[in-house]
Amino acid sequence: MNERAVVAQGAIPADSEVDGAPAIRVRGYWQSVLHRLRYDWVTLAFGVVVLAIVIVAIAAPLIAPFDPYQQSIVGRLKPFGWRGHPWGTDELGRDMMSRLIYGGRISLVMGLAPVLIATVVGGTLGVIGGFAGCLANTAIMRTMDVFYAFPSILLAVAISGAMGGGMINGIISLSLVFTPAMCRVAETATAQVKNLDYIEAARASGAGTLTIIRYHVLGNVLGPVFIYASSLVSVSILLASGLSFLGLGVQPPEPDWGLMLSTLRQSLYVDPLGCALPGIAIFITSICFNLVSDGVRGAMDVRG
Amino acid sequence: MSAAMEVQPYVDPRDRGGAAQPMLIARELQRYFRVKGAGKGAVVRAVDGVSFTLFKGETLGVVGESGCGKSTLARLLLHLVVPDSGELVFDGDAVGETGGVNIGDLRRQVQMVFQDSYSSLNPRMPVQDSIAFGPMVNGRSKTEARRIAHEILVKVGLRPDLFGPRYPHELSGGQKQRVNIARALAVGPRMVILDEAVSALDKSVEAQVLNLLRQLKRTLNLTYLFISHDLNVVRYISDRVLVMYLGQVVELGPAAEVFARARHPYTRALLGSRLSMDAGRRIEAPPLVGDPPSPIDPPSGCRFRTRCPHAESVCEARMPTLGHWEDRSSHVAACHMTTPDSGHSLAGSA
Repeated sequence: MNERAVVAQGAIPADSEVDGAPAIRVRGYWQSVLHRLRYDWVTLAFGVVVLAIVIVAIAAPLIAPFDPYQQSIVGRLKPFGWRGHPWGTDELGRDMMSRLIYGGRISLVMGLAPVLIATVVGGTLGVIGGFAGCLANTAIMRTMDVFYAFPSILLAVAISGAMGGGMINGIISLSLVFTPAMCRVAETATAQVKNLDYIEAARASGAGTLTIIRYHVLGNVLGPVFIYASSLVSVSILLASGLSFLGLGVQPPEPDWGLMLSTLRQSLYVDPLGCALPGIAIFITSICFNLVSDGVRGAMDVRG
Repeated sequence: MSAAMEVQPYVDPRDRGGAAQPMLIARELQRYFRVKGAGKGAVVRAVDGVSFTLFKGETLGVVGESGCGKSTLARLLLHLVVPDSGELVFDGDAVGETGGVNIGDLRRQVQMVFQDSYSSLNPRMPVQDSIAFGPMVNGRSKTEARRIAHEILVKVGLRPDLFGPRYPHELSGGQKQRVNIARALAVGPRMVILDEAVSALDKSVEAQVLNLLRQLKRTLNLTYLFISHDLNVVRYISDRVLVMYLGQVVELGPAAEVFARARHPYTRALLGSRLSMDAGRRIEAPPLVGDPPSPIDPPSGCRFRTRCPHAESVCEARMPTLGHWEDRSSHVAACHMTTPDSGHSLAGSA
């Protein structure tokens, strides 16, 4: 009988793979991501710039050559190198370099805080919605869709306008802007994972929903969520600067890049170079965050 | 290794009913799925009145075309999908009813091995953690669960130090399926449902895994429900065979008998469609033509009548019944030709 061929081949001992297994180096997922990043020098270079910006912002009091709030009537809008001010002074005679350095602090907080809040809130809602399905999913996702109806910048302006200016309100409004998108990313990733056999196998071995989410869902959702969050940082910095520029974010005399851009705008014809500096700072910071996020995305994208 | 392989004495403390009590009795299991966009009230009759017994220590093979409800049946048995109606009796206790066995206990004693080795292991988890997950959620400590995982890995023929820390994408298909088997065995089940467990493997690896399954069954006193569309594999591993068509059982009996003297025309067609290496046994025309009818709107009477060469008016009028399926040795078929006074012209001849 031909079907007995199966039996004949089965003569191979069942544990034949025990000794003949090739020895490969075992590397964890995040280890392998780091390994791939090590050879991506573009990402590494921009990562160094991001790191430098962060360090400069943290160590601002040590690095800044002047007090960023110290005004001077005579020293207004002076050029580079004037009386020891390496990048000149602004319209109130304050040292540009010190203000840019201190401004980095605010920009980083405004870049990271809303994204962090949105990741936690939106991520949680998304995982709940994705895993629960049906009614809970509809309730959460349709609510999020309401926020999608507004363009993000308009929504941020509207919320900030309604709540008034200030850094905290700015963070709240930007968090609200990012939460729906974050929620959607988490929900999609969760829904994809939810129907795979290993979730069913986990359920079959007697695990409760929370245990399954903790061990089998979060690890698989974290990747896409992290990638999306890292790409939002630069958007958040830009939006925060935009809010400040419109007078809805950080209030004077705080040294915020967006706010500086707004006030220096009036002196565009007197001191064009000084005017451009905050814009250049915003540009460099956001593009560095973007490129690093891109590189990390690439390193994480490999099947595994 | 040899220590782990030693044969345990066959006294399972969880064995309540004794050897004569079937491991599992399914009576008239039914599950319909609502279909969106196919008209109001449209349902797919995925599993429609399936009854069978699974005796302790045996392997029951379940065969049928794709979409005949094999996988739904497997999920019904574990209550991963809740049956609309019907009765499940596990080792003498009704499943999910007061005074019976609850779902949690059932799942500790019945485990499942899935077909798709890609989606059946968490890609972000080393396989030893995937295996240790079952014992861990059942109250073992992390180190103990890890120890159990390593023991089971040895049992399925994988070196724990080499394969334990690996991720699923670092394993071959056969190795992944061994890990899947290990994951199912880690909670110490008495019964394992193998849902197309070897179907995705190539032939030589398939044979290895089949032999591993046989060996594990012997050493661990397991009972198998083996679902497959591959008749040769089912014949090799099964003691008894259950044939499904459109959510119903059409034939049930000891494997040797079903393969030698199939009673239902559908089973005969299935057996006739096997590929043969023997030039003399080549088939000119396919024994079955067309697709199975839609399970949303199945034919009246016998569901196979639209493709059956012997269909008569009685097949359209009445649905044939399976008969006495309860015994271990009974060979039954749901066909009017097998019942002498059914009104079919060929009645009693098959």
